[in-house]
Amino acid sequence: MDDALKKKLTVLADAAKYDASCASSGAPKRKAEAGGLGSTTGAGICHAYTPDGRCVSLLKILLTNYCLFDCAYCVNRRSSNVRRAKFSVDEVVTLTVEFYKRNYIEGLFLSSGIIRSPDHTMEQLIRVAKTLRQRHGFRGYIHLKTIPEASPWLIEQAGLYADRLSINLELPTEASLERLAPEKDGAAIQTAMGQMGERILQAKEEKRRFAPAGQSTQVIVGADASTDESLIRTSARLYDHYGLKRIYYSAFSPIPDAASILPSQSPPLQREHRLYQADWLMRYYEFSPDDVAGATESGMLALDVDPKLAWALRNRDRFPVDVNRADREMLLRVPGLGVRAVDKIVAARRHATLRLDDVARLTSGLKRARPFLIAADYAPTRLTDRLDLRARLAEPPRQLSLF
Amino acid sequence: MRAHTIRLQAGADLAGFRVAIRRLVPAGIPPEAVTWIDGEAASLFAEAELTEPGPALALPRAVAALIPSVVMHRDPERYALLHRLVWRVAGGERHLAEVASDPLVHRLYLMRKSVARDLHKMHAFLRFRRAGAGAGGRERFAAWFEPEHHILAEAAPFFSARFPSFDWSILTPDGSAHWDGRALTFGPPGRREDVPDADAFEAGWTDYYSSTFNPARTNLAAMRAEMPKKYWHNLPEAAAIPGLVREAGRRVGEMIARAPEAPMKRVPARALAAMAAQEPDSLEALNAIIRASEPLVPGATQAVLGEGPLGADIAFVGEQPGDQEDVHGRPFVGPAGQLLSRALREAGIDRERTYLTNAVKHFKFEVRGKRRIHQKPGAGEVAHYRWWLERELAFVAPRVVVALGATAMLALSGRQVPITRARGPASFGDKPYRGFVTVHPSYLLRLPDGAREDAYVGFVDDLRRAATLAAEARAA
Repeated sequence: MDDALKKKLTVLADAAKYDASCASSGAPKRKAEAGGLGSTTGAGICHAYTPDGRCVSLLKILLTNYCLFDCAYCVNRRSSNVRRAKFSVDEVVTLTVEFYKRNYIEGLFLSSGIIRSPDHTMEQLIRVAKTLRQRHGFRGYIHLKTIPEASPWLIEQAGLYADRLSINLELPTEASLERLAPEKDGAAIQTAMGQMGERILQAKEEKRRFAPAGQSTQVIVGADASTDESLIRTSARLYDHYGLKRIYYSAFSPIPDAASILPSQSPPLQREHRLYQADWLMRYYEFSPDDVAGATESGMLALDVDPKLAWALRNRDRFPVDVNRADREMLLRVPGLGVRAVDKIVAARRHATLRLDDVARLTSGLKRARPFLIAADYAPTRLTDRLDLRARLAEPPRQLSLF
Repeated sequence: MRAHTIRLQAGADLAGFRVAIRRLVPAGIPPEAVTWIDGEAASLFAEAELTEPGPALALPRAVAALIPSVVMHRDPERYALLHRLVWRVAGGERHLAEVASDPLVHRLYLMRKSVARDLHKMHAFLRFRRAGAGAGGRERFAAWFEPEHHILAEAAPFFSARFPSFDWSILTPDGSAHWDGRALTFGPPGRREDVPDADAFEAGWTDYYSSTFNPARTNLAAMRAEMPKKYWHNLPEAAAIPGLVREAGRRVGEMIARAPEAPMKRVPARALAAMAAQEPDSLEALNAIIRASEPLVPGATQAVLGEGPLGADIAFVGEQPGDQEDVHGRPFVGPAGQLLSRALREAGIDRERTYLTNAVKHFKFEVRGKRRIHQKPGAGEVAHYRWWLERELAFVAPRVVVALGATAMLALSGRQVPITRARGPASFGDKPYRGFVTVHPSYLLRLPDGAREDAYVGFVDDLRRAATLAAEARAA
């Protein structure tokens, strides 16, 4: 691998790292054809983890970090003084294929700064995906970040080659977009998402291949004044209306060469974590957006307890819950019990009566669950009424980052 | 109670365990009476009294599914634990595997989880290095991996499904797996030295790994939880970790401390204006885009564009090009098009002064023998092309748009309506032109002879009414 290519890779990987999405899940299972390359397993594989604890699943790069847009939160905005580089289509294809052959990656996540025009940029992204599929018989995962301002027919074509498409919302409100991303058009982003949602649904009905792993988006947290509640409600609407597969919350991260309208500050990583937890409650725990809103304090999720525990502390009258009798929906509301633990409880109690020791074997969150449940040999002694319950269950205050 | 010793082959001897358990349990030999030994010479059942084969065991599916996973575990107790499980299930606890809270079941599930995790990590953390050329000039790669459990045979098919186009070998301390493009074979243990000690892409990969790390988010505990240190010595990129961690604090400090600099770039006003005006500004520009685009339906050799003058009074929208149209690249030149021409003449409409186009711009077909059989485009496919059709009609600006058949109706109105009910003047929503619906001429071609003449008369009559509508619109 020559030095010029290595240098570009350094610049264009660095430029892409603020995009939170890196998952390689959701594509239908595929195997390479004879002479081809690549497979997908459905579940996604993380091939490495960086010291930030996040996984490397895909070769996540930008085609170029030149950009016409000037979005304040983005390190690649046109007024930023960062180093610039541009890959050719063939260079991205070579990197993807060679990295893939060595089992470094699951596939490609390709995004780009907007150069010349959104259509021109989108065409380049499509050419990479098309070359991989057609010339190399590549059947691994491809995620293309679509350019919302690009023409609809280009988005259609992207869906023929990509497993997942995404359009980043970036900021949850029109006002924030106006202030921080003057060239972006919030309505256009949502329209593009809506159209994409329709296409994916139709293609499924017609059993055609079109972005089979669905679409996702990213919202930046902490760059504007949006509350957690408004973020959660925006997410619920996106899941509902557009059938989004994932919404990524990306804590606004201090970036080199930051714009002056943004405060230089440590990223609210714990807030990002709580938003993901709240998101999971809606996707897997049958919580409604109102339930999640009910766990917030003037619109913000608590940082010292997770949202499920916060909800339980606010709704103590619904606890304790009997693990041997309660229905699944209510068991899912018990802090410390995950979906798998609940399913195991429901299966096991058909044949056995569960004691506290039995529950302990099914979950690693017994300490948090204890005050909220009843087992054959255990009942909490008015623990849910204790005023200091929150303090006893909250995570001890700790330094959130190393610095 | 007599003591029994059962010797199984080293590694995951599922077949040996199966034979043994099928004899032990029906023979009433309890787990306490058996000592399992693996890794010795395969001298299964030295004891004479176990030669009597018992009836096959009917195990619940959950139990049967658990056994192959647990057998791969490196714990020497695995066979004894499985024996206890089968013993209890055969003794009447049929649902035992569903009681995950039972201490034995819990332990076996943990073992299965550990094996599954090890498999997943092998799929993820194995790194190939280029090892010269294989047979017939194919590329050859090799990898060294140290799995925690006996999973090589289970893990290898993943790699042959993923990398069929080059030869590779995976060497482990317990055995090796080899792929030659056709078959997977297993061999004796390998040595780390048998794998090349470098690869041309490793430095680039390590650079990528380092660049994608965000120092402002350092979280070593999360990294170690997912990528335990025991794997690091076989991951080329892991060598970068200490340096990255050491430098992280300083890099973040610098980012935060550095005051925003004045941007060097001026606002690229002209580029921005060009970007804003990127929609096609003429029918030719639109057609150039359509011609250059991939077909959004399977089949098709070329896009078939609309034909006719801008400002035509009447525009006809058909379904999609057929075989002849696909060959010639022109709309309505096949049998249905010829029938349409005849009907237009009889209705007193000059074909040259109308605009003819299709809802879908590409021929969708299925090959049967030597023939290409037309296939109806799906609703989604029609929707894909709708954007183009709307722009096209906006440039042509006709007074009346005639939908020929249900697909055209769907494309123009977004609704699926039976043509028999919609036939006649119609509204396609908030449009600057009037709408009219009739059948597609190919429908007439499919009718039996007797019915065709009547239907044709009705069709010509429809065309006349559409022409009248256009005359009214012109007058208005």
